[in-house]
Amino acid sequence: MSIVLKDVHKAFGAKEVLRGFSLEVREGETLSIVGGSGSGKSVALKHIVRLLEPDRGEIWVDGRHVGALSEEDLYALRREVGYVFQFAALFDSMTVAENVGMGLKRIRGMGANDIGRRVADCLRLVDLAGYESRYPSELSGGQKKRAGLARAIATRPKYLLYDEPTTGLDPVTTAVIDGLIVRMRQELGVTGVVITHDMASAFRISDRVAMLHEGRIRFEGTPGEIKATQDPVVKGFIEGRPDLVEATS
Amino acid sequence: MSVLAKGPAQAVGRAALSSLASVGKAGFLALGAVRALRRVRMWLPQLVPHLARIGVASVPIALFIAAFTGVVMALQASYTFTGAIPLYFVGTLVGKTIILELGPVLTGLALSGRVGANIAAELGTMRVTEQVDALETLAYDPVAYLVVPRIIAGAVMFPLVVLLANAMGIVAGWATSLYLLDMSTPEFVKGLRLFFQPWDVWYSAIKSVSFGVTVTSVGCFFGLHTAGGAAGVGRSTTHAVVASSMIILVLDAFWAAVLL
Repeated sequence: MSIVLKDVHKAFGAKEVLRGFSLEVREGETLSIVGGSGSGKSVALKHIVRLLEPDRGEIWVDGRHVGALSEEDLYALRREVGYVFQFAALFDSMTVAENVGMGLKRIRGMGANDIGRRVADCLRLVDLAGYESRYPSELSGGQKKRAGLARAIATRPKYLLYDEPTTGLDPVTTAVIDGLIVRMRQELGVTGVVITHDMASAFRISDRVAMLHEGRIRFEGTPGEIKATQDPVVKGFIEGRPDLVEATS
Repeated sequence: MSVLAKGPAQAVGRAALSSLASVGKAGFLALGAVRALRRVRMWLPQLVPHLARIGVASVPIALFIAAFTGVVMALQASYTFTGAIPLYFVGTLVGKTIILELGPVLTGLALSGRVGANIAAELGTMRVTEQVDALETLAYDPVAYLVVPRIIAGAVMFPLVVLLANAMGIVAGWATSLYLLDMSTPEFVKGLRLFFQPWDVWYSAIKSVSFGVTVTSVGCFFGLHTAGGAAGVGRSTTHAVVASSMIILVLDAFWAAVLL
């Protein structure tokens, strides 16, 4: 198992967001976590790289207990993990090339020429060649997401965490981003965790899908299995039928 | 306890707890900044741009304030001294008050608005748009990358800006004495040198270093603890300016008690 979250609890004030969240992500797979808005999907994802720390529970990545890592070991782990943010989180005072090269500057032995070549490769991979000198404010929503993806893959990470990569995008751009996520797994061999509430997208890109409901995983299985499930909460969510969900509460 | 009394008591309790929590977080950030000093490769490349933004870009507003303060000080001194005290004491009053008090404090207060607000708004926006989280995922220490170079720039540049402002205030006071008070240059200089001590300049610089550290660190603190979107950025900016202005005034009294 490459990423394991064990019985994770997290509350913000009186609001309990995660209540015994447990999940295993296997080496080389793309796993999508689906669930309603505000269900805690992004919160769960942020625990993997210790952007948030659990109130209770453990997170393990490649056999390393994330909560017990020293500062230096945590940075080493973060260099192995690419994170694609929901709204791209590009540094708006920097050009696209500078954004993509940020993580590379932290790698010892990489000179300016190496960084320039790697940045160009990554931008080509996400179809943004020629956008090096643009600023984030000059990009469309889809281009920002692609630039964010280029930044995340620049350090050639073993893992990619995607926080709602297609939210707010038109269907064509969504398909482009989905295609990129699939390419990341096929061409770079990365293990991916995707947060989404777009079921069509989840079915296209995932080896497995997990549904988060009321702070814990309600269902875990292949796209075929989740489509066939008779669990009213899961069925209600993927078919967009609130009546099924409400009947269980 | 009645329901009526419970409400205010709870509010006071909540405010006290919130203040204590803020003090704790500020202490944590200060410790983090000291520890982050060792990450020289992370903060050093950011230092020069911040020296320019925090220091060089603040010179015009500091000189503007100092010039008019010098004019007013000379005119008020002359008004106060008329007939009773020799007019060359205008130079004494202008020099002493500008160097010891008005130069550093007025510049500090003005820069808490210009620099402190700028830092709080910039880091606050980075926080709410997840740019700070993005830095962390790219294996950067946000304190080393964002906070340390700003605080060092504040500590280095504030005294330089204040010393320039002091000079401008004295020149403005001299020009006012010359053209509006019918004093001569030797008279003004005689007054200026009468009670001048080199320590006064050091005192002004020491105060300014503490003001620079205050304005930048308070701006960083409120910026990095921003929550709640655009409204949150606005709140952080206001809090940063108000808090740093208050701390500057407290520090001013502290240095006067300790160093004079």
